[in-house]
Amino acid sequence: MNILKPADAPILGAPAPAIAFIILFLSVAFFCYVMFRRLDVLRKAAPDPRFSNISTRLLRALMYGFGQWRQPRYLGAGILHILLFAGFMILSLRSLTLIGRGFSPTFHIPFLTGSVGFAYESLKDYTVIVVLIVCLVAIVRRAVFHPKRYDHPGTAGHEYEAYVILGLVSALMITDMIHDGSAYRASGVCGEYHWFPAAAFASVFMPSNDPATLNFLHVGGYWAHILFFFGLLNYLPISKHFHVITAIPNVFFSNLNKGTIKPVRYGTVDWMELDQCGVSDLTGFTWKHILDFYSCADCGRCSDNCPANTVGRALSPKMISVKARDYAYENFPVFDKTSKDPAHEKRLVGDIITEQEIWACTTCGACEAECPIFIEYIDKIVDMRRYLIDRGEVPQSLQKPLQQIKKKGNAYGAMKSKRAAWTKDLEEFQVHILAEGEHSDLLFFVDSCGSFDPRIQEIAKSFARIMARNKLDFAILGQEENDSGNEVRRLGEEGLFEQVSGRNIEAFKARNFEEIVAFDPHAFNAIKNDYPEPFKVIHSSQLIYRLLSHGVMSLNGEYLGGRVVTYHDPCYLGRHNGIYEEPRRVLKSIPGIQYQEMTRSFSRSFCCSGGGLLLWYENEEEKERMGERRVKMAMEIGAQVIVTACPFCLINIEDAIKTTGNEGKIEVIDLVELIDRSTS
Amino acid sequence: MNIIVCMKWTPDTSEADLTVSTTAKDIKKDDLDYDMNDWDRFAIEEAAQIKEKVGGKVTVVSLAPEESEDMLRECLARGADEAFQIWSDQMEGGDGYAMASVLSQFIKGRPHDLILTGTLAEDDGAGQLGGMLAAMLDIPSATLVSKIEIKDQKASFVRELEGGLYESMEMDLPCLIAVATGLNEPRFVSIRAVRKVTSIEIPNVGIDEIGIDVGKVGQSGARVEIEQVSLPPEGEGAEIIKGKPEEAAARLAEILKEKGAIG
Ligand SMILES: Cc1cc2nc3c(=O)[nH]c(=O)nc-3n(C[C@@H](O)[C@H](O)[C@H](O)COP(=O)(O)OP(=O)(O)OC[C@H]3O[C@@H](n4cnc5c(N)ncnc54)[C@H](O)[C@@H]3O)c2cc1C
Ligand code: SF4
Ligand code: SF4
Repeated sequence: MNILKPADAPILGAPAPAIAFIILFLSVAFFCYVMFRRLDVLRKAAPDPRFSNISTRLLRALMYGFGQWRQPRYLGAGILHILLFAGFMILSLRSLTLIGRGFSPTFHIPFLTGSVGFAYESLKDYTVIVVLIVCLVAIVRRAVFHPKRYDHPGTAGHEYEAYVILGLVSALMITDMIHDGSAYRASGVCGEYHWFPAAAFASVFMPSNDPATLNFLHVGGYWAHILFFFGLLNYLPISKHFHVITAIPNVFFSNLNKGTIKPVRYGTVDWMELDQCGVSDLTGFTWKHILDFYSCADCGRCSDNCPANTVGRALSPKMISVKARDYAYENFPVFDKTSKDPAHEKRLVGDIITEQEIWACTTCGACEAECPIFIEYIDKIVDMRRYLIDRGEVPQSLQKPLQQIKKKGNAYGAMKSKRAAWTKDLEEFQVHILAEGEHSDLLFFVDSCGSFDPRIQEIAKSFARIMARNKLDFAILGQEENDSGNEVRRLGEEGLFEQVSGRNIEAFKARNFEEIVAFDPHAFNAIKNDYPEPFKVIHSSQLIYRLLSHGVMSLNGEYLGGRVVTYHDPCYLGRHNGIYEEPRRVLKSIPGIQYQEMTRSFSRSFCCSGGGLLLWYENEEEKERMGERRVKMAMEIGAQVIVTACPFCLINIEDAIKTTGNEGKIEVIDLVELIDRSTS
Repeated sequence: MNIIVCMKWTPDTSEADLTVSTTAKDIKKDDLDYDMNDWDRFAIEEAAQIKEKVGGKVTVVSLAPEESEDMLRECLARGADEAFQIWSDQMEGGDGYAMASVLSQFIKGRPHDLILTGTLAEDDGAGQLGGMLAAMLDIPSATLVSKIEIKDQKASFVRELEGGLYESMEMDLPCLIAVATGLNEPRFVSIRAVRKVTSIEIPNVGIDEIGIDVGKVGQSGARVEIEQVSLPPEGEGAEIIKGKPEEAAARLAEILKEKGAIG
């Protein structure tokens, strides 16, 4: 039989193309209006220059957007998502075709004719099956296994959204199958089921010689499909599924400057003169940060990897996005022209996103490394901290160290004049303090921890010994050195960061050296990424690797004595600066080393609770220390020595070994110390 | 509501190696960093919070040399409306009584409903100034106050007593309250907050402007004479345990076991 085409079947007397036109027009108009209202909020937001390096951005969008590169970090869910996303891409042409078929029964996308058209039709049919199966698996996964990362603690009514969308997509697939299945049944080409499995499968349930039913299914399936399609399209920008539209632009506009913090406000010459410093409300964020809120898919991968969340602190990065998006939808609604005056509402920063959440972040970057669509958290948290700092609302435990840095250039409250006192314990040689105008090849930036913390002074001494033994020409700044300012900046005290970094920069410029070397990744990061003037800076692990590869240094395995060794990636060396390999190569050049990798390593490394000033931060909510969790991870793989390359990791983990009662079973040591002890 | 906060500029001795000066009447202070007396940080915060609640004006006064300007500027950033620095060379060597005399003379000349001081100062820890100042101004006073509420020309407050007891009391204004630490959560003062108040002038007042007799200030006005300052003598049998914390702790445990203090 010849099946009745939807475009030829009037509805309640009205010609089908007219109905198709009305549906198309209303849906697209509504969609455009909602999009306009949503994007209008971005227009009101703070500036953010994200149009540089277009080629890099395109590449990113291609690789991580279309290529879904980060998805398989969660293998099961990742594969499901890749299949779904590929399905969407393939079926988008089908949807266009179907919209056109409402106007003309023979409508085709120009190049999709003949054998290409046939191949596409077949591919589409397979895709429909795959997408339907993926949706069913996803529904079962959520309903039966309840992965914890999908929860929305503290807010109500978000869980159902996933079911709505999965239901809509399934409905699209099923109506497509009904539409095509009825035609398949009517044409009687049963032998071609391997070309059109979806249609063939659907047709099994249809009568073979009942033209009226087949026509009804064909036309009805069509219109149901069209309605579901436009329903889905319009549901996206009012739900968490906005990411379907915004994710790829979000990846395109993602942050290209890793390791640094955004200025207080882009395009402002003197931020100190601004009426307000930092972010207190939605439109105080940059437009890209609001796009982030829109784009979050609630997948929970960020929070699943967030150390603060893991140990029970108030912070869940995903919930920052969810709450901010709820706030945006509520305060800039689609239909209410007059956006509510946020002054009379709950404050976004303080009430909805609480101070506890804001201070709980260690800026470790695990969330950002994980997010499949490059949503940023550190800059937002720092922006909110800037606001709290400006209002003087700072946890008491952090006030003293910040004041000490302001007055003495170090959080320890030690006298400036004692900054080089640690060198006096070195008997074999003297560490030169570089005076203005003098030259040395290397400028060793010790930072406050190396200068004043007795435990970390040991690393400073080891490092000085390594350099002296290898006849390197190095010197320190002595009392002209100030705190690097890495944590000061990340705690939001921009003015103080400018003060300490300014003093260091002055001291650098008054002296001659080839490069700066630091064993503290925090100092290394600040000088490399935050300081407004470029200085060549390397990390101790890079210097040691260089010495080893030049063959000037030889190591022995005596100190390790056959113990099982693992390496803990410090956040500011690994995630923020991509230095993963050098420390491992150095370790692996120790003869006879028994090396074992932890499950959470490289970009998934687990933060030890943060460095610099965060050492002073007291958190009352956490049930466990991050360091303790880390020690357990090392014990699980049978490690007896944890090597790290950051003084703060060392302190946190060393404490944790004691508090978990593992003294004598496992040891933590800095790479620099290990190399010092493994050199003959 | 006119609130006056007395602010002491004290040397930070926490991380310094203290030595006795050549006169043996004081410690050597040349190398020390000076800053706001920590107790007074709570006093200025309380003043700012009272002002935020009931309105009024907060005046900060410090008897301290010019170098204390940063501290006073920080007080402005903490919420004070004006700050005065009172200093003349003749004020050198004064005790709590001499300082209280100057302060009372200064305060008498201006409206005051509430005077806030710290209970103690971190340096000499005499805890005398508040009480003496109140006596000179002939107003009631209370010390170690851990909560203040101002209502209807009265100050209701809570004092912390030994053994975890609290005492609630009330005084008529004007009065003087010497605060305890911990009665509030002092705000943080950022570099920007200080910069915002850079244009406010901090007047330098000399004793002649206050109109006080030279004989009443400094050493000549003092009623306490310091005879000698000395470091505690090294006791017999005292042993300073050197080395890394772990080694020191191990050695300490050993000694305690030897002497039978632990089993
Ligand atoms: C209940 C209690 C228990 C104590 N227990 C002990 C103990 O067990 N052991 C122990 O060793 N000590 C103890 N003390 C400490 C006590 O004996 C102190 O030595 C003494 O109280 C501190 O006096 P001060 O000199 O620091 O105070 P003052 O110098 O009188 O300072 C008090 C306040 O006066 C104001 N002020 C002072 N100088 C100036 C200035 N130049 N300009 C403007 N304002 C100024 C400030 O507001 C300051 O906070 C205790 C004290 C109290 C009250
Ligand atoms: S930076 Fe680290 S601590 Fe902060 S939200 Fe992200 S994962 Fe959590
Ligand atoms: S921020 Fe990224 S990782 Fe976190 S829930 Fe949203 S989409 Fe997932």
